[in-house]
Amino acid sequence: MNKIDHQLPDKGIEVHLNGEPHLLPFNCTVSALVRSLPVEPTAVAVERNRTIVPRSLHEKTILEPGDQIEVVTIVGGG
Amino acid sequence: MNRETTQESCTQPTPLQLGDRTFRSRLFVGTGKYSDAETMNAALEASGCEVVTIAIRRVDLKAGENLLTQLDRDRYFLLPNTAGCFNAEDAIRVCHLSRELGLGDWVKLEVLGDKKTLLPDPVGTLEACKTLVDEGFKVLVYSSDDPVLALRLQDAGATSVMPAGSPIGSGQGVLNPNSLSIIIEQLDVPVIIDAGVGTASDVTIAMELGAEGVLLNTGIAAAKDPIAMAHAMRHGLEAGWFAARAGRIPRRRYALASSPTEGVIGE
Repeated sequence: MNKIDHQLPDKGIEVHLNGEPHLLPFNCTVSALVRSLPVEPTAVAVERNRTIVPRSLHEKTILEPGDQIEVVTIVGGG
Repeated sequence: MNRETTQESCTQPTPLQLGDRTFRSRLFVGTGKYSDAETMNAALEASGCEVVTIAIRRVDLKAGENLLTQLDRDRYFLLPNTAGCFNAEDAIRVCHLSRELGLGDWVKLEVLGDKKTLLPDPVGTLEACKTLVDEGFKVLVYSSDDPVLALRLQDAGATSVMPAGSPIGSGQGVLNPNSLSIIIEQLDVPVIIDAGVGTASDVTIAMELGAEGVLLNTGIAAAKDPIAMAHAMRHGLEAGWFAARAGRIPRRRYALASSPTEGVIGE
């Protein structure tokens, strides 16, 4: 898929977050994305395009149009 | 008399040694399916467990309640599972995310082969087990009750092999005691019976077969009174552990009187 397709000139960029299309402002970092979610930021792990973004790099990593992002946490399970 | 069960130690089972760790309880309890956090916490406490299993899932963007935010994490050893993974690659990915979440190297590996039975895919399970062991994970692996697969998983470096008593959540208890006892006899690593427990006697039967522990979730979480059932499971496990070491009597076809057969009046 052409990344240019996900550039939305006025609003920002479109990424896929947990399997759904998601709008982000330009130059959005992983940290900023995580802070915008309804979860304790320290309780998540993030994958970007199937590669883990270590917590130490969340602040530095700027998301790009078309990124496939997974943000996971722990839930009840057997 | 078995030294493990001399009178002084006849109060509770010995701790469970798994890899380089020791756990005070041999009952592992899942944290899924509870109606509310209060019930979950009370049931976990009543079960006496130290190890609780958890799952790793996408953050709910609609902010549904996550009961685990109310779990007292300091009290329990969290064992993340790879539930819901139907191939080795996804299961390995979940284990990497688990490490990134700060959950350490211990994982309960599940690679499922079929949505209806939730029985493991033996090929994918073995493949993922090998890779994860190479990457330094301590792998407690969910398995079918196939003794050959169990041996292969041990050879692959599993910390524990965990055959199902019966399908996950089915409540059918131990369906194949013969295969399970063969697995228990053959393996050097601890065998934990995982899945299928419906009630306390199922736990007892698993422990009487010689299992080192039992892992269950639905049997407690979906019981009408999860706290009472957790209490029962705890004691069921203790009963089975002691019985396994106490040396049961042989089965006989006919009766054998308990009272003296001589000196009965009127003879």
